Amino acid sequence: MAYTEDNLKEDLKNKEYEFGFTTNIETEKIPKGLNEDIVKLISKKKNEPEWLLEWRLNAFRAWQKMTPPKWAHLKIPEIDYQDIIYYAAPKTKKYESWDDVEPELKETMEKLGISLEEQQRLTGVAVDFVMDSVSVKTSFKEKLQELGIIFCSFSEAVQEHPELVKKYLGTVVPTTDNYFAALNSAVFSDGSFCYIPKGVRCPMELSTYFRINEANTGQFERTLVVADEGSYVSYLEGCTAPMRDENQLHAAVVELIALDNAEIKYSTVQNWYPGDEEGKGGIYNFVTKRGIAHHNAKISWTQVETGSAITWKYPSTILKGDNSTGEFFSVAVTNNYQQADTGTKMIHLGKNTKSTIISKGISAGFSQNAYRGLVQVHRNAHNARNYTQCDSLLMGDKCGAHTFPYIEVKNKSAKVEHEATTSKIGEDQIFYCLQRGIKEEKAISLIVNGYCHEVLENLPMEFAVEAKKLLEISLEGSVG
Amino acid sequence: MKLLEVKNLHAAIDGNEILKGINLTVNEGEVHAIMGPNGSGKSTLSAVLAGKDDYEITEGEVLFKGKNLFDLEPEERAAEGLFLAFQYPVEIPGVSNMNFLKTAVNEIREYKGLEPLSAKDFIKLIKEKAKLVELDPKFLQRAVNEGFSGGEKKRNEIFQMAVLDPKLAILDETDSGLDIDALRIVANGVNKLRRPDNATIVITHYQRLLDYIVPDIVHVLYNGKIVKTGDKNFAMELEEKGYDWIKESV
Repeated sequence: MAYTEDNLKEDLKNKEYEFGFTTNIETEKIPKGLNEDIVKLISKKKNEPEWLLEWRLNAFRAWQKMTPPKWAHLKIPEIDYQDIIYYAAPKTKKYESWDDVEPELKETMEKLGISLEEQQRLTGVAVDFVMDSVSVKTSFKEKLQELGIIFCSFSEAVQEHPELVKKYLGTVVPTTDNYFAALNSAVFSDGSFCYIPKGVRCPMELSTYFRINEANTGQFERTLVVADEGSYVSYLEGCTAPMRDENQLHAAVVELIALDNAEIKYSTVQNWYPGDEEGKGGIYNFVTKRGIAHHNAKISWTQVETGSAITWKYPSTILKGDNSTGEFFSVAVTNNYQQADTGTKMIHLGKNTKSTIISKGISAGFSQNAYRGLVQVHRNAHNARNYTQCDSLLMGDKCGAHTFPYIEVKNKSAKVEHEATTSKIGEDQIFYCLQRGIKEEKAISLIVNGYCHEVLENLPMEFAVEAKKLLEISLEGSVG
Repeated sequence: MKLLEVKNLHAAIDGNEILKGINLTVNEGEVHAIMGPNGSGKSTLSAVLAGKDDYEITEGEVLFKGKNLFDLEPEERAAEGLFLAFQYPVEIPGVSNMNFLKTAVNEIREYKGLEPLSAKDFIKLIKEKAKLVELDPKFLQRAVNEGFSGGEKKRNEIFQMAVLDPKLAILDETDSGLDIDALRIVANGVNKLRRPDNATIVITHYQRLLDYIVPDIVHVLYNGKIVKTGDKNFAMELEEKGYDWIKESV
């Protein structure tokens, strides 16, 4: 008879991870393990100034005294930090032009749907591609330079714009912020850097694709986005990795700085390898993302999280300046044995600060999906406003959805609203679609996309299309 | 031509037999009314015909356009031209009416081996049909049935029916929860869609809808069986006398 929940389960189990290929390319790796010498070696390979090495070493020493966080609703297996390679790079060091890039690498990018040439021509998206530890190629650099916009790999920024890096690095996420941030600060190998000068509206989406390729390698990238007064930038990041049986660690740090009257829109489509249907393999995605919004500035996080075996991630905004705004729009999908504990923190410090949180969790299979959020209104944050809506959708009866909202208010004039719902995809909804001639798989996709509508509409167009496709793949097997 | 032939249909839910041998033939161009007291099996009949899988067919057969209805999946029945106006239309948050109907129209076209409708033709189609059922075009942008009043939901059902243009429409208690103005609008919509090559089954508890949608044939369903059949005047008689005399006579 009709497509049943069992069919759905079967389809979900067999969903394909289409980015699970490996690129055969020579890489330079350093030995496994972590100690001060390794930190020094990474810093030396990157030809870093003394102050940055010191910064790394301080982070490393702090990290050694720290313990991994245990409060999340996650079962995290013991991680052997000495069994990880902390630096791997495609062997050819420097790419002066597109022609220098190896064909294998170009092929990888094409498989990921980011043929740089095509992208440049068609969409006007500037792309930075980070594979394993090194940023491979940044497109559109010259064009951006005319406007004074700096968009380059982190290593390059350290060499070319040390004053900016030194001024802002670690100002939003201090080295000792948490276990994974400290680890990242000690061993980060590359990432993206972006600076938008005063009053400039960046004319194109800036985009970074992260790719873990090598086995036994961790990826620790660092992203720093500075929007100077009155500027605007929309920044996108995408992530994929090959299918491997062992787990791989990804511990990134993203810092956003929106100076007075600036606006940063930061969108993520996270599709790290989630592990197989039995929960074997997959990426541990332990990420610290935080932004600071100065006077009248706005930071908007949008994330579509479908990948990773374990996700631990809370993109947050410190609303420091008066009249500043923070937004968080999130879709988190977990399937099979995936686990996610994700949400946001909105820290209201300034007067008339506003924040909006829209979180949509979708759990299927045997997965566990938690929303964890903090809304904090400090003593001087007069007239702070927050609206939180946090919805969970369950597919099947073996998965879990959890909501952990924390609200701390120290100013009486604050207005904080919280709404939460939990629902299942109703059989009556599916039957209604069927009766109108819509096939089961299409019906589920329609219902899920409708459920995520408020989040997806915040993504830039081309990303929204990709995200919708990803949702279909994540939840419906072969529908494309 | 025969559109629907129901022969000795028995259906059960959780082992309880609800339909106990229904016989019904609907020809093109006809409007049938199925009346009956609560719990007589009216809604079960519509759900079984549409293919809701809560029910087990224990005996009998149904032919739709000469095809065995039970060989078809619910979405195939819809694509073949069977439409059910739900007694309780379902809300689908975040999915606009426009998007929903476009998906439905194009899925049905795909089933028939036709190209998807162009955006221009689709918009032309729905504007025309919205007018037919006096639906404010702003409804098209709203999520399917979300936050709609009872009357709006029912009107939306008839609007969808107008867009999908079925061969056989089953209106399940479409009059319940409607005030007299809404009832008139819904009935007008249905009447405008009547053609010699399609047919309608109106399922209702009350005679009042039949003042507006005048049936050719009226059936009374009681305890899982059609116990009496008559013409439109029979409905008036039922209204006057109630269902008790039928209960007693069977």
